[in-house]
This record gives sequence, structure tokens and C-alpha cells, in this order.
Amino acid sequence: MTQRIVNDFSITVGTPNGSGSSTANNTLLRALFKMGIPVSGKNLFPSNIQGLPTWYTIRVNKDGFIARRATHEIMVAMNPNSFTRDLADVAPGGAFFYADDIKLPIQRTDISIYPMPVKQLVRSNPEIPANLRDLVANMVYVGILAQMLGIDIEKIELALKFHFKNKEKPVALNMSMVKAGAEWAAAHLTKTDPFYVEPMNKTEGLIMADGNTAAALGAIYGGVQFASWYPITPASSLAESLNEYLPMLRRTPEGKNTFAVVQAEDELAAIGMCVGAGWAGLRAMTSTSGPGMSLMTEYAGLAYFAEVPLVIWDIQRMGPSTGLPTRTSQGDVAFVANMGHGDIDSLILLPGSIKECFEFGWRAFDLAERLQTPVYVLSDLDFGMNQWMSEPFEYPDRPMDRGKVLWEEDLERLKGDWGRYRDVDGDGIPYRTLPGNTHPASAYFTRGTGHTPEARYSEEPDVWVAKMARLKKKYETAKQYLPRAVIQTVAGAKFGIIAFGSTHPAVEEARAWLEREHGLKSDYLRLRAIPFTEDVSQFIAEHERVYVVEINRDGQLQQLLSIKHPEHATRLISIAYSDGLPPTAKWIESAILEQEEK
Amino acid sequence: MSEALPMAGAAAQVNAVGLSKNDYRGNPTTLCQGCGHNSIANQIIAACYEANVVPEKIVKFSGIGCSSKSPTYFLNRSFGFNSLHGRMPSLATGALFADYRLKGLGVSGDGDTASIGMGQFKHIMRRNVNMVYIVENNGVYGLTKGQFSATADKGLELKKQGTNLYLPVDICMEALASRATFVARLFAGNAKQVKEVLKAALSHKGIAVLDIISPCVTFNNQESSYYSYSFGKEREDPLHDISFHAASEGPQSTISYVPPKPEIVLEADMVDGEIREVALHDGSRIVLKALDKDYDPTNRLEAMRVLEDAHENNYLVTGLIYVAPESPSLTDLYNLVETPLNRLTEKDLRPAPETIQKINALMF
Repeated sequence: MTQRIVNDFSITVGTPNGSGSSTANNTLLRALFKMGIPVSGKNLFPSNIQGLPTWYTIRVNKDGFIARRATHEIMVAMNPNSFTRDLADVAPGGAFFYADDIKLPIQRTDISIYPMPVKQLVRSNPEIPANLRDLVANMVYVGILAQMLGIDIEKIELALKFHFKNKEKPVALNMSMVKAGAEWAAAHLTKTDPFYVEPMNKTEGLIMADGNTAAALGAIYGGVQFASWYPITPASSLAESLNEYLPMLRRTPEGKNTFAVVQAEDELAAIGMCVGAGWAGLRAMTSTSGPGMSLMTEYAGLAYFAEVPLVIWDIQRMGPSTGLPTRTSQGDVAFVANMGHGDIDSLILLPGSIKECFEFGWRAFDLAERLQTPVYVLSDLDFGMNQWMSEPFEYPDRPMDRGKVLWEEDLERLKGDWGRYRDVDGDGIPYRTLPGNTHPASAYFTRGTGHTPEARYSEEPDVWVAKMARLKKKYETAKQYLPRAVIQTVAGAKFGIIAFGSTHPAVEEARAWLEREHGLKSDYLRLRAIPFTEDVSQFIAEHERVYVVEINRDGQLQQLLSIKHPEHATRLISIAYSDGLPPTAKWIESAILEQEEK
Repeated sequence: MSEALPMAGAAAQVNAVGLSKNDYRGNPTTLCQGCGHNSIANQIIAACYEANVVPEKIVKFSGIGCSSKSPTYFLNRSFGFNSLHGRMPSLATGALFADYRLKGLGVSGDGDTASIGMGQFKHIMRRNVNMVYIVENNGVYGLTKGQFSATADKGLELKKQGTNLYLPVDICMEALASRATFVARLFAGNAKQVKEVLKAALSHKGIAVLDIISPCVTFNNQESSYYSYSFGKEREDPLHDISFHAASEGPQSTISYVPPKPEIVLEADMVDGEIREVALHDGSRIVLKALDKDYDPTNRLEAMRVLEDAHENNYLVTGLIYVAPESPSLTDLYNLVETPLNRLTEKDLRPAPETIQKINALMF
């Protein structure tokens, strides 16, 4: 046998969709995490409830690199429909575990082959009711992998207890199959592959969470009062997390709610309700994905023009059109940047970690209310629906900013002299009143048509020009409130890289490989908001070549940056990846190398 | 920013909340002279004044179209939002969560409601949002100059459109099918009836749909049209005489009840009928005096029957078609705190610092 390979490989499990494998796969992921090994898990699933092939890929990496890899050292084949492909995908020297009821030819001799008597082990367990057999069958491979790789069975039990919220019966039932698998493997399999896991201490103090849960919790700490939404993959779990955690965190001691969540009839209505609620003074949010964003465009334009605060989470999936509904993307950036007809500038937040999904969850409301405009938070399927290691969530570090709101006593002081769209402070941000204000001068009429500073209808050219100019001024003001980019510079950097969102781990790893294997050092700017602030312009100015990494076909961010920095447009080189999967570090590395070698 | 238009001379009369009729007015109309919508705006002003409505407790909503412009013609002291075409219901639904004590007053048209906005219309019924939803129904698009709406008569001929091939949508029927809790059909030419039903609708808890036939004098007022003044004057058949009695009036008002005199005399000799009362949740009462026969507006099936009968026999049935006074409105279902949501502050809205450890522990 060759040298042991410890804590540095990928495990991919192929199952039929809807077979209950997510419990097994998350259990593996969590057990590895609890062993202190840096780990990531990505569910590559079809738009389907039952039957089509689905894969779950886990990466263990002692150095903490957690981007997806395209190499599969350990393959678990539970699905006859993807068996042949799965077998072909195993890396040379890798291991192939398969359910032995699948009777298909296996001709590879360069890998270790391990049959697993899954059905037989399940049937021979008298405690498993017939209707649960298929569900617990997946625990057999968990047990066999545990035995063959060295995964701590106690950590598996911890993961199952977490999954089943400490309910004894399902934990015991699933553990019995894990143990049966492990015992069978110990008695019948001889290890011929080199892959092992060993405990480390690299996940201490970290949590494991998905981005949609983080976003919902962040919104709750941001005081969300109203949420309306319409079901869509991959965004639904964000609203469902609000439903899960709001009752826990936001009920008064008397059991009354300080929030309302409405499932709307479609995305037109979901955003319509949010615009109404935001206008009337509630911290309002909706969450959707590309197709929903298309429907929301109409109200988004009104909210921009009428200056209504609200927060819109776009958990991006691959478009155009229905596209790849269950695959990740950063393809909405250009669309959202000017979302609506006419001249529109959007405020966009770009969380680059699970912790930032939480942070931007609350910060988005402060920005929306301060600037009286829609705030878009662009996450994606990879963040939203996969479990990630994360720093713990941090309590907001500043009080809420409710923006410029006039109540009865303010109007009393002003003797009723105010105008909804007057730029009193010279920052482009006007004052607003909220329905329910009982002062006789509080009311005003909101419209999507041209209006004066006093909110009266107007088609006067001067009035229109002044309004649009003020909105532009407000957009400039916004820059001072936005999260700054995170910039890493190293001495001797040959070029710069700009990226955002879920590509961060792959970019970090690619930078390491470029330096280690090719001696190419790079500076890195992780963008966290649009509009671009001065630090972004400076970063571009300071580098002769700036690679812009993103998940879409056309290099949308690269285009936006070029438009804003025409003098440096030729420096901005698009590194765009767009096949529905999260880009690998190797792909980014070779794409940049190819350019560098030109 | 109110724009009250003070009347010169005499001291204005005030109502029980200390306001004069001027406090309920809006800006001058910009619609055509003789438009049914203008008379509806006037009746909104009169109804709110007579019902002692505090304007700051009303929030106006509209979509897009001639009708949707009209919220600027009344209640300048009320907040208002002229939203998107066919999308007023969702906006109102969200806005009214901010302060459950507010009453919505939406004005839409037949295109805004029954063509582009049918989806949202049906869903706001189902949710029983606490608002009066007026459809100023004239069977035609006015602002875009004369196209068919979804309520246009089959066979209607318009200059640039040819002949309408489709059967009209019945807004009251759609409202009933979607479980609206207050449905009325009215004729803008019968101002008294509009005003009384408006007062009742403002007291109703939940959605009150007022499908008001409101002739378009410019594009759809030909005699043959269901939506013309002449059709309404000749073929209106009210189910009852309606009067609204606020809780403050006490039971006395029923006994001294005098049937309101319609401005348009509809039948030469009305048959005196039974008096029927519907009590609303705020203690007010709708008194219905039967005309040719008794009509029970709490019976959904009967409501659908009279609508269908009017279609089959080509007359304009008006009155309170249906009411379910005791249904919970949307915000009743959400177990909200007593303070209006939009008056809550950070201490009510941000969980305590110590909860963050608990949340992190709930992750894995």
C-alpha cells in the first residue's frame, strides 16, 4: 500500500434524489467537523423530488481549503442510474464503495473497489420497520465509511442527535445501521486505499450553518417586522428560517408577536406587500431568486423612485429563465445593479461568508431606512443551501439606524412645515412621516409619477431633473454607509484579484496555489457592496492587471467595474465560470495562469 | 401638507370629531366633467364627514388609471399611495400591518382590478384585509383612450377596437367566489345609496368591496351600454333602501327610520317591506328596508343568485349584496402586540445580547 493520505481528499456520494440521503450526508459532514477537521459539503441536486441522480460532495482539508474540488477520491455509489458515471469519476488510486444490489460491470483496476451489502444489512435488522428501510439504508454507507476512513462513531452519534433534536428513537434506529455498517466493514473489507481521517483542532470555536439560516437570523437581530415571500428554490429556506426563529426570539413575555410573515400569492405580491410595509414604517424584507427578481422588478422601480425602504435577498441560481433551478450562480449582478426601467442605481450588499450573511441580515435594514431605498443582498445557492463552517454569529455592534422619520412631536416643532422630498440636510436624503401619525400635517401622497419636493404631482422639466439629481446625490451619500471591501495585499504581488460572495474560498486557495506552484503572488479585493467606493477604484488603479472572478458567463461585475473605471477598463480581465457548479480553485488558478502566460 | 380649501364667509359646521367638511376634501379633480368617479369622490367626502371619520385614521390606496387618480380628490389629510397597475392590493396588505388601527380606502377601476389586477384582487379578498375596496367600474379604459376592459359588455363597439368578443367579468361574483366579507353593487348616479353603503363599509371589519357602476362619459356612455347613465337610470333595481347608523345613534334611530329619498326615482310606487338590520362589529347597524321583496344579505348563495338573475334579465341590481360582519380581519390572525408595529423601537425589536450565544449553540 502507498503512503497514507490523511485529511486531504474528497468524498462524493451518488444517490437517487429523495432517498433520504441528506441526513446521512450531513451526518458525515458534521462528524468530520466535530473531529476538528476543516470540511465543506455541497449538495449537487436536481430540480426534482424523487428519482433523478443527486450528488453530495464533501471535502476534508487539513489546511482549511474548503472550495469544491472536481476530483473524487472516495466515491459512494447508491444510484444505479449514475453508477457507471460515478465509477468512471473516481480518481486513480481512489476508492469506490457501491451498494451490491446494483449489478453492473466494474472494469477499473486502478482503484479500490468495496461492495456494500446495504439491503441485506437493513433487512437483517429486525428493529427497522419496513417503511423506514429505504431511509435508514443510507446510514449503512455512513458506518462503512466511518470504519474504512477512521471517522469517530461518537461524533456520528453527536451529529445524529443534533439532526433529530435529541429524539432517542430515530437516533437509536439510525445508529444501529451505522454500527451494523461499521461492524460489517471491519469483518469483511480489507483496506487497500490510502485515505484516512484523523482528529485535528482546526474547527474549535466554529459553528456550522447555511447562509439562508444565517440571513434569517441576521434579519431577526436587525428587527425585521414584516416579511412576505413566495416559494422558490434556493430561497425558500430563508423565509422558513424566519418562521422557525421569529417565535423564539421576537415574542413579548405576553406571547405577542412583534412581526408578521406572509406567504404571498406570487413575487409581484410579495414585494408589493414589502413596499407597503416599508413605506408605512416597518422593517420589511422579501427573499427570492432570479425568476422572482424578474417579477419584482416593477415594484423595485417604484420603491427606488418613491424612496421606500425595504430589503430584498436574492439567493441566486443559474439563469436565464428557469435555467438551472438547483445550481448556483452570480448571474444577477448586472440585472440588479439597475433593476427597473429608467435610470436606477441599486444599493447591493455582497456577503462573502456565512457570518456575513448574518451581519448583512441586520445591516441591510439600517441602510434601507437610512437611505430610503431598496437594499439588495445577493447571496447564492451555494451559500444559501449548503452547510458551511463559520465563525460564530456576532451580535450587532451598533444601535439600529431608523433613518429620518418625523413623528407628531417633530411636526409640532416644525409647525407642520415639512415636505416629503425636500433635501433639508443637503445629503439627498429627505424626511418621511408614517401612516398612523396623527398630526394634521403628517400626511402626504406617494406616487410613482413625477413629484415636487412637497410630494405633489408634477410634469415640469425642472422638477423632474431636480428629483433625479437628488436621487443621484443620495446614491453618493450611500457610499459612506456601505461595508468597505476587504483588501489583502502582499509584497511583490504581480496582479490583483477582485471577487465577491461564495467564490471566496476558491479564490483564497487559487492564490495559495499560484504562489506555491508558480511563484505568482497576488493582491485580493473582496467586494462587499455596490456602488463601488474609493478603495475599489484605488485597488484597480494600483494594479496593471486585475482578474475579476465571478460565476456567470459574461463577467458582469467586470463589465460594471469597466463602466465605472473607463480609464482602467483594459486592466480588468474577466475570469468568469458558469456551468452551475461552484468554481474550483484549480480552475481559477489555471484561468489566471493562462492569462499570465499570454 | 393638507390642502384644505376654506369656504369663504360663514363659519363652517363641524362634526362630532370637530372637523368641517373641508377637512375631508382633496385637490380639484382632473377627470372629465360628468365622470361618475367625481360623484363617488364627493360621496367619500360626505360619508367620511357624516361618519365622523378621523382622516389620519384612513390610508388611501390606488393602482393606475382614471379611477386610481381620484384619491387625490378627497381626504388630503390622509396618507395615500398611488401604486402600480393592478398591484394596489399587495401594497395595501403590507402597509396596513404597520398600524392595525388604520382603515384602508382603496380606489381601483375595472381594468386595474379585473384585467391586470385580477390575481391580487382575489387574494386580498381571501385575506380579508381591513379596507374598503372601491371599483369605479365603467367597462372601459379611459386614461389610454378607449380600450375594452375585462368588464366590458360583449358586443360593445369602440372606435379603434372593433367589437368586444368576450363576456364580461362580474366583480361582485369574483369577490364572492373569493370569500369577500362585504360586497355591494352600486350606481354612481344613486348618490345617497353610495354614501350610506360607504359609511357601512368604513365600519365593516375586513374587506368591503364596492363595485360602483360609474359611467365614462367620454368612451362608454352610449345608451345600450350597461355602464351608461341612461341604463342605470332606467334599469337600476335596488334590493333595498339602505341607511347606516353609527353606534352613537343608539337603537332609537331604527324606530324613527325614514327611507332615504333616492335622487333618482327608481320605481313609481315602492312597496313597503320588512326592515332588516345587520349589526357590525363596532356596534353600528345597517338598516335595510325591503322594496318589492325581502332580501337577506348574509346568504352567499342568495347573493350569487341575485347577481345571476340580474345578468339573465338585463338589469342593474344594486344594494348590499353580501355581508359577513363577524369574520376576523387579516391582522386579527397575527397575534400582534398592542402597540402598532410601526411604533415599536429597538428595545422591542432586537433580541437581547445574551440570546446570541444560545443561537450559536443551536447551530452545529
